[in-house]
Amino acid sequence: MSGRHPEVAEQRPDGQHHAAEGARTFLDAYARMFLIREFEQAIHRLFLKGEVHGTTHLSAGQEAVPVGVCMALRPDDYLSGTYRGHGHALAKGTDPEALAAEMLGRATGVCGGRAGSMNVVDLEHGMVGCFGIVGGSIGAATGAALSGKHQGRVSVALFGDGAANQAYFHECLNFAQVLRLPAVFVCENNLYGEFTPMREVTAGGQIAARAGAYGIPFQVVDGNDLWAVTEASAEAVARARAGDGPTLLECQTYRHFGHSKSDPAKYRPADEVERWLQRDPLGIARRRLLSEGTAEVELTALENDVRERLAAAIEAAREAPFPDPAARRGTEYRE
Amino acid sequence: MSQLEFRAAVRDAIAEELERDPTVLFFGEDVAAPGGVFAVTGGLQERFGPQRVFDTPISELALAGAAFGAAVTGMRPVVEVMFGDFMGLAMDSLVNQAAKLWYVSNEQHSVPLVIRSAVGAGGRFGAMHSQNHGTWFQGVPGLKVVAPSSPGDAKGLLKAAIRDDNPVIFLEHKRLYSLKGPAPNGETVPLGRAAVVREGTDLTIVSVSKGVRDAIDAAETLAGDGLEAEVVDLRSLRPLDLETVLASVTKTNRVLAVEEGPRTGGWVSGLLGMIAEEGLHELDDAWLIATEETPIPYSPTLEDAFLPAAETILESVRGRLGIGSE
Repeated sequence: MSGRHPEVAEQRPDGQHHAAEGARTFLDAYARMFLIREFEQAIHRLFLKGEVHGTTHLSAGQEAVPVGVCMALRPDDYLSGTYRGHGHALAKGTDPEALAAEMLGRATGVCGGRAGSMNVVDLEHGMVGCFGIVGGSIGAATGAALSGKHQGRVSVALFGDGAANQAYFHECLNFAQVLRLPAVFVCENNLYGEFTPMREVTAGGQIAARAGAYGIPFQVVDGNDLWAVTEASAEAVARARAGDGPTLLECQTYRHFGHSKSDPAKYRPADEVERWLQRDPLGIARRRLLSEGTAEVELTALENDVRERLAAAIEAAREAPFPDPAARRGTEYRE
Repeated sequence: MSQLEFRAAVRDAIAEELERDPTVLFFGEDVAAPGGVFAVTGGLQERFGPQRVFDTPISELALAGAAFGAAVTGMRPVVEVMFGDFMGLAMDSLVNQAAKLWYVSNEQHSVPLVIRSAVGAGGRFGAMHSQNHGTWFQGVPGLKVVAPSSPGDAKGLLKAAIRDDNPVIFLEHKRLYSLKGPAPNGETVPLGRAAVVREGTDLTIVSVSKGVRDAIDAAETLAGDGLEAEVVDLRSLRPLDLETVLASVTKTNRVLAVEEGPRTGGWVSGLLGMIAEEGLHELDDAWLIATEETPIPYSPTLEDAFLPAAETILESVRGRLGIGSE
């Protein structure tokens, strides 16, 4: 799989879209969301087979957030993500085969098998990094926004609700606002920090509102609605690009899997899970595309195409060689 | 040769690199308009403007994170973390992000940042404003740790650090800021290379930063006792130039390592281990001077007794080797 999906952001650099183009653009976005869902399910299967090692944090259910955010970004804008970051990288343009190969620990992985699931970096696509430690993406994106100020680029941090209680969150929101950095802070609030309900460990119970204390515009967004995320992101990105400083978006969403591979997520009430599954972002997007005139056959064909290309990408990744420790020992420094 | 003050050497190094490379940025707490609490960086903002030289909130983690993110996206940030003791607050971004990116990215991307801090005791600043954090970072692959002992090295090493493509932790001892000395010979001084700053045949004294000044002072007195000590200035704690140390030990057969910090987990302990591994047959004696395993005290009498000084080195050598005025 080439991973060269049409760059939706390229078609709408100003965050605006024509009605005629909209369906096609959002159709591309739907394809990207569908790719992320299929990718996560494939990684889940490979993990159960013992081919993906260590741990893995799947983002199924949260696809609309990174894809909606990237709809508002130019290809050369920056994005940082989390250890639940497969979808973040794919949304920004990372090649699915190279990403799968990384999960499988292969030499052809986007980081040659050295990074694994939690630490992917792909600067070629403006992916500043995925960070295995909660809150790390906020610091990295703040720094990229500092560069962005000199380069005319915008930088987005994706992070979870747990990160809103880290020093990174508070220090960097203040830092970015004081320096009027072109940053957008996007919280994927999936209601649980690991196994603990967000509200039990988050004073005030609100994440978005915390930005108000820093004088930063904020918005609570339906994180399962691609259109809502796209619209809010476009506004925030436009504000950043205009030199008016950062925005905090709290995108409320839900993960379909547990926190990590070892977590069956039994702490979540069945009715809550059911309610959120009814609001599956893929279902929402699919229904809206159909209602706006996309034909069922077109959607099915697109889904089949994504599925087939991903299957080929995964197979290619599985056939790729493991890195040879004797052939390439690694260096400590760039000389 | 004209004399250069240590603090001016640091300022000139930053200014010259800001001048030659538009991607260099300099920021930190009180560094721009106020010119730094140790009066090191005055005038830089006036000269280079607030986009490239600016004051920041007191947020060390944000500083380190911003430096990391800026460095991976094309800038060369130079950051001041006012006191080295504050580096604990910056650690996640430095240790888990900056230090690891080059390797983890499969050697595709590097992190050209410098974090410089005032370090060291003797200023009556107490337990939380007097430490040397070099050893906190010495064991982290991917980082470079540099601690100059002279104005010339401060300038040359800092310029090299700013041009280096890897993250560099730069330690400036408070009691060196007013030291005067010759300007460096060349444009830069290479990182990771020790220097023999005094030649001798009977004993090698290894130190870094302020300890090198003390070692040189002690060596001058020891010469009166008939003992010629060679002083090796490591200059970098990581990468560590073991080769220069071993060459000196091969010549003198005795080594003393002096650290302003506790011996447990200190660089002196690691160095003696490496010397033993590589050059045991060259050794007649090896020992170290370090501080007590307690925090750094405030009261002048307590702090003076706590710190290694030229006199400490002198007495230790005389006692160990059975020489001296008695």
